[in-house]
Amino acid sequence: MLNLLMDPNTQWVLFGTTLLGITSGVLGSFALLRRQSLIGDAMSHAALPGICIAFLITGEKMMGALLLGAGISAYIGTYCIQAIVRHTRLKMDTAIGLILSVFFGVGIVLMTFINRLPSGNQSGLDEFIFGQAAAMVSGDVRVIAIVAVILLVITLLLFKELKLLIFDREFAQGLGLPTTVLNGLLMTMIVTAVVIGLQAVGVVLMAAMLIAPPITARYWTNRLDHMVIISGLVGALSGGLGTFISAPITGMPTGPLIVVSACTLFLISLVIAPERGLFVKAWRLYQLRKRTAQEQILQSLYERTEEQYEKTETIDAFSREALEALRPLSDFRFKKAVANLQKSGDVEAYKNGYSLTLSGCERAHRVTLNNRLMQMYAMHELQFASLPMEHYNWDFLSIPEDDRNSLDHLLKEHQLQPKLLHRLPETERINR
Amino acid sequence: MTYTFWILLTASLVGISCGIVGVLLILRKMAMLSDAISHTVLLGIISSYLITNSLDGFYMFIGAAIVGVLTTVFVQLLNSAGVQSDAAIGVVFTFLFAIGVILVSMFARDVHIDVEHSIMGEIAFIPWMTVDWFGIEGIPQAVWMLGFVLIIDLFLILLLYKEFKLSSFDPGLAAALGLPVGLLHYVLMGMTSITAVASFDAVGAILVVAMLIAPGATAYLLTERLHMMFILSAVFGVIAAVTGYFIAAWLNASIAGMMATMAGVLFLLAFIFSPTHGIIAKRFSQRKIQQVDIET
Amino acid sequence: MNPITANNITVAYHRKPVLQSVSFEAPEGKLIGIIGPNGAGKSTLLKSILGLVPKASGDVNIYGKTYRKQRQIVGYVPQRGSVDWDFPTSALDVVLMGRYRQIGLFRRPKKNDVKEAMSCLEKVGMEQYANRQISQLSGGQQQRVFLARALAQNAHIYFMDEPFIGVDAATEKAIVQLLSELREQGKTVIVVHHDLQTVKDYFDWVMLLNVRKIAFGPTNETFTSDLLQKTYGGKLTFLDQKEEEGVPFA
Ligand SMILES: Nc1ncnc2c1ncn2[C@@H]1O[C@H](COP(=O)(O)OP(=O)(O)O)[C@@H](O)[C@H]1O
Ligand SMILES: [Mg+2]
Repeated sequence: MLNLLMDPNTQWVLFGTTLLGITSGVLGSFALLRRQSLIGDAMSHAALPGICIAFLITGEKMMGALLLGAGISAYIGTYCIQAIVRHTRLKMDTAIGLILSVFFGVGIVLMTFINRLPSGNQSGLDEFIFGQAAAMVSGDVRVIAIVAVILLVITLLLFKELKLLIFDREFAQGLGLPTTVLNGLLMTMIVTAVVIGLQAVGVVLMAAMLIAPPITARYWTNRLDHMVIISGLVGALSGGLGTFISAPITGMPTGPLIVVSACTLFLISLVIAPERGLFVKAWRLYQLRKRTAQEQILQSLYERTEEQYEKTETIDAFSREALEALRPLSDFRFKKAVANLQKSGDVEAYKNGYSLTLSGCERAHRVTLNNRLMQMYAMHELQFASLPMEHYNWDFLSIPEDDRNSLDHLLKEHQLQPKLLHRLPETERINR
Repeated sequence: MTYTFWILLTASLVGISCGIVGVLLILRKMAMLSDAISHTVLLGIISSYLITNSLDGFYMFIGAAIVGVLTTVFVQLLNSAGVQSDAAIGVVFTFLFAIGVILVSMFARDVHIDVEHSIMGEIAFIPWMTVDWFGIEGIPQAVWMLGFVLIIDLFLILLLYKEFKLSSFDPGLAAALGLPVGLLHYVLMGMTSITAVASFDAVGAILVVAMLIAPGATAYLLTERLHMMFILSAVFGVIAAVTGYFIAAWLNASIAGMMATMAGVLFLLAFIFSPTHGIIAKRFSQRKIQQVDIET
Repeated sequence: MNPITANNITVAYHRKPVLQSVSFEAPEGKLIGIIGPNGAGKSTLLKSILGLVPKASGDVNIYGKTYRKQRQIVGYVPQRGSVDWDFPTSALDVVLMGRYRQIGLFRRPKKNDVKEAMSCLEKVGMEQYANRQISQLSGGQQQRVFLARALAQNAHIYFMDEPFIGVDAATEKAIVQLLSELREQGKTVIVVHHDLQTVKDYFDWVMLLNVRKIAFGPTNETFTSDLLQKTYGGKLTFLDQKEEEGVPFA
């Protein structure tokens, strides 16, 4: 194993695939955020005819010429997709599928011509379809390295412009940015990343290199700059891992292993990432459900009691049916939540139902107030558009005073202020 | 029965079944799911080989159809886990395809399944791979399978014609009327899978996408009627397949590749010359409007 | 028995409440308008009644039975923008879709169904467009086709989501005419509506909705500046404007 890693050939390959991973990871982030991930798929397939034509013209496997041909035809394919969407009733997905498969078909036809050339059989053009990272030689890697560095430098220099372009193109235009040029540049850069990646992972799997690293990165951060960096790292790691695993096994293709590595990293992130991972989400959902069930019972009790007190100035216990009519819960949840509420001393059970304790009344008051403020917020969302409730974890009792005052005002207007707590006599309660 | 006859029959069967299924995929905006399914078919074929240890076309067919439907289930799962839909499709099919390629290179290097073949298809061998089913001799297995698939596709589309129409046009009303919208989705995914699998031997994984999408897209530019769209799409599928074969034979080039190319050429013709949706017609009508503006 | 009894409907997307404990009993044979600002949950209310979005709580009865059992007597006109009008089909075909339930699974439309669909197109003044492709219809004509489709459902209760949006004056008039014909036949029609100017002319009853049900009752009691203020928040000035200057408010 170590021997293999010492092998200069393997080192070149490792270096090449790692660089490719970084580049496609970085540029894929932009494609992903524009919801154009599958364009990368179309580009890589559409590159095939260009590669073949370049080969037919030059008659040999000249890396530079092949890349140029690939780039041009991928670019034409992308243009065709946009033209189809603009000029016909066909939608984006159909246009992508159409161009991808037809260009690929043309490429396959051209390949049969190449295979008949005397130099064709050794040309190894197949490797552009399936990828043959292991066959990369130092010359290929040098080309890849130069192109990759150029792409990364451009991204770095134009980072904030590109960021604005993908988030809000019109705003960018308003600022006087040359959005058409920038857009063209971004497309060209993605095409270039696809083209240099083809040799390693091949036409079919190139899409994964543009999608898997950024979508993995998305699970670890909310910031674009971090996302681009993490995505590059994930790309590099997948490239390295795939090469590392496949190198010692004869006949094991590198490209698919790179893709499997990238997708595995994605699946791991999907499950374990903090904040967005399924595991954390499920745990939070469990906690939320547990809390919500308790809060629902508290609020229903509060509202029933409030209503009753309004009419009769007495406080009753309420049956499960009366509470469920307001907010239904499964049998399991209800029993569990009531047990918890009894344990914390917020609710007492009586023969004819459940009732709030004094401390429970206070807690129920807070819950009810928060939920009613949330309703006011939902009713007048535009007015509170600047209030980031996610940030406050939907806790309306912790928002800035100004906003709180406006919401309180609205509550009053709708006569929804929770009243029970303030009207309740401190004395012993009756009638249950 | 000549060699050419079997090839043409196979190609036409591919053209018709892909053509009619493709119409539904396009109208439901699920064209890229067909791309995904057609790629993952490879994993289905190799898995069924590894499990049954036989190259019987029937087992492969079942395996591929199962993996095809699983693909759409996985995409849906990722979607509901909050992954945006284009990325979900991209991750799922590349992952499954990559695993397929790895399995092939690990366990099936020397068996008949080679990856190249499954991507590019080899219709030229089909006439020789005959089987004796139901006591009938000399019919290629691919023709049997494509024939069955076509009958299933046709049967389901005719049976569920109005249900497919309504749930594609207005899923909300379909659900409100109580149509089984989810079931229809999976029926269509199943049809796409078996059609892709059956066409796979003839045209390969990627070019089957061309046969699924291009004829339907061409028809969409030429008609305003659903049943006409099905018919035109099937006709274009056959034309692409047949002309593709003859041109390929003439140039001695890849048959499947030429079929996809011809499907693209048909689309290009419609894109330019369609009397209602072609760019020439559109230019023309725009100019007319401008003239009217000037006159008034 | 009331055509619609909704009890305590609550709908939330993620944590944000969209509808909170909405209960109402719709009277029979009335034109009922649902009014409220954008994003108030009007469409969501219709969809939750039709079981198209999951409810966190609440139940709906249509003449005392669940919606599932009463599907055949409920007609639904979704927002026009909710479908892709490039779909390759004709106006008549869209109207026929309204009869798919009567026709039944697997069966094809019969002559009788086509005749019925034609007469529905006639009712909305679109019979000469029967074979026209839907992509070639104007916005108003598309809306009429949607209405004809609902008529073809031959329902007792109709739900319509913003039928007046983006239609020409003639279509608006035709729709109003149709609504009052439906009322004369004793049908109950619930319409999500946008234009406050016309509420008083069009509807017998009004629901003011903004997450909560603010008010529900006969138009002259419910459509008051006081309650509107409550529904729309502080931004609504049109009622005074209208009285003072006669400025139309869109
Ligand atoms: N599928 C959905 N996912 C998340 N939020 C939604 C969805 N549909 C509607 N909403 C939100 O629910 C609220 C009510 O929407 P809707 O019922 O369409 O309002 P209206 O029809 O009154 O304008 C809006 O704030 C909208 O953003
Ligand atoms: Mg709405």
